[in-house]
Amino acid sequence: MTVWEFTVLVWIGSAIAGFLGSLTGLGGGVVLVPLLTLFFKVDIRYAIGASLVSVIATSSGAAAAYVKEGISNIRIGMFLEVATTLGAVLGAFLAARVPTAAIAIIFGAVLLYSAYSSARTRVKLTSDDVPDPLATRLRLNGRFPTPEGIRRYYVRRVPAGFSLMFGAGALSGLLGIGSGAVKVLAMDQAMRIPFKVSTTTSNFMIGVTAAASAGVYLRRGYINPGLSMPVMLGVLAGSLAGTRILLQAETKWLRLVFSLIILLLGAQMIYNGVAGKI
Amino acid sequence: MKMFGLPFWSDRKVEELIGNLLRTGVFLSALVVFTGGAVYLARHGTEPADYRIFRAEPVELRALHGILREAFSLQGRGIIQLGLLLLIATPVTRVALSIIGFTAERDRMYVGFASIVLVVLLYSLFGSS
Repeated sequence: MTVWEFTVLVWIGSAIAGFLGSLTGLGGGVVLVPLLTLFFKVDIRYAIGASLVSVIATSSGAAAAYVKEGISNIRIGMFLEVATTLGAVLGAFLAARVPTAAIAIIFGAVLLYSAYSSARTRVKLTSDDVPDPLATRLRLNGRFPTPEGIRRYYVRRVPAGFSLMFGAGALSGLLGIGSGAVKVLAMDQAMRIPFKVSTTTSNFMIGVTAAASAGVYLRRGYINPGLSMPVMLGVLAGSLAGTRILLQAETKWLRLVFSLIILLLGAQMIYNGVAGKI
Repeated sequence: MKMFGLPFWSDRKVEELIGNLLRTGVFLSALVVFTGGAVYLARHGTEPADYRIFRAEPVELRALHGILREAFSLQGRGIIQLGLLLLIATPVTRVALSIIGFTAERDRMYVGFASIVLVVLLYSLFGSS
């Protein structure tokens, strides 16, 4: 394959990944690394470096829109970024020590979890209206606009959420993904932040988290320009197209199909890792 | 100091500024990456592509100084790397901007949190490997 052919094919693959990722809210990163390693036979370290870069692009692009709507909570984001960036640097350092086969297996496990968490029906959590002292001290409680007017919310279980975020950051640094699934788990399930605020704030944080590990990857020579170029441009184009039709599209069956794809890719990654093919 | 007090640097104002910054940063870096990609493809497009075997990128494509030198001598790969560096710098600038916003609001606690995040980011970009 020549560089031209490779660039065009990777661009198309990345655009599809970015499109599906933004439509389903799972992010393009989760399918990008399996796509590059399993189909294009790219070394997993190059794949992770390119994926990290594209994660920064999509997160910053999407966050720009959400911040303007006033849904994402900048204080929650900044507070939790302390945990995610420290985790991300740790993850990036681990990436050089852990054998690639182990990275592939961990990646597969995260894919299986993402598929599970996206396919299951969301339990609506009720949060009582008693402010948590620590959250109040940290000024994390907030409000956001809904069709029925401004809604207030109170954040709880701050230490649990903070610890989970450290883990999400480490995974992001190790695997080159946004780890949106773990971030939403921490904010939505542990801290009881309203789902819409969790997803938009998580999107807002992903760029900073990915930048923290991207610096380490760049200095270590894991970011290859020839590969990152079509990946970043493709994912960006795909995710922009995805956000445009997000509002009209019926995403329920799409999420299911995408979960299935992720499930299969996860199984394949684990198999290749165990078989020592990666 | 009404101008830098709460009314000017309200949360909304900073959020709007941050939104514009993120959009501009992403657009600019995509443009630079695209330009570098065009140069790279024009020169190396017909060579065989092989990313199966990992060889760390050469030293000049790993750090700011070398990347700038490569980019300004119009090397395609150097220009792409410069675009990627711009992209990484976008969220870093966002955090720096938040520090200004929190300072204007006299929110010391959040100036502290944002500063920690900024230090971690700068360490990751420039620290010793």
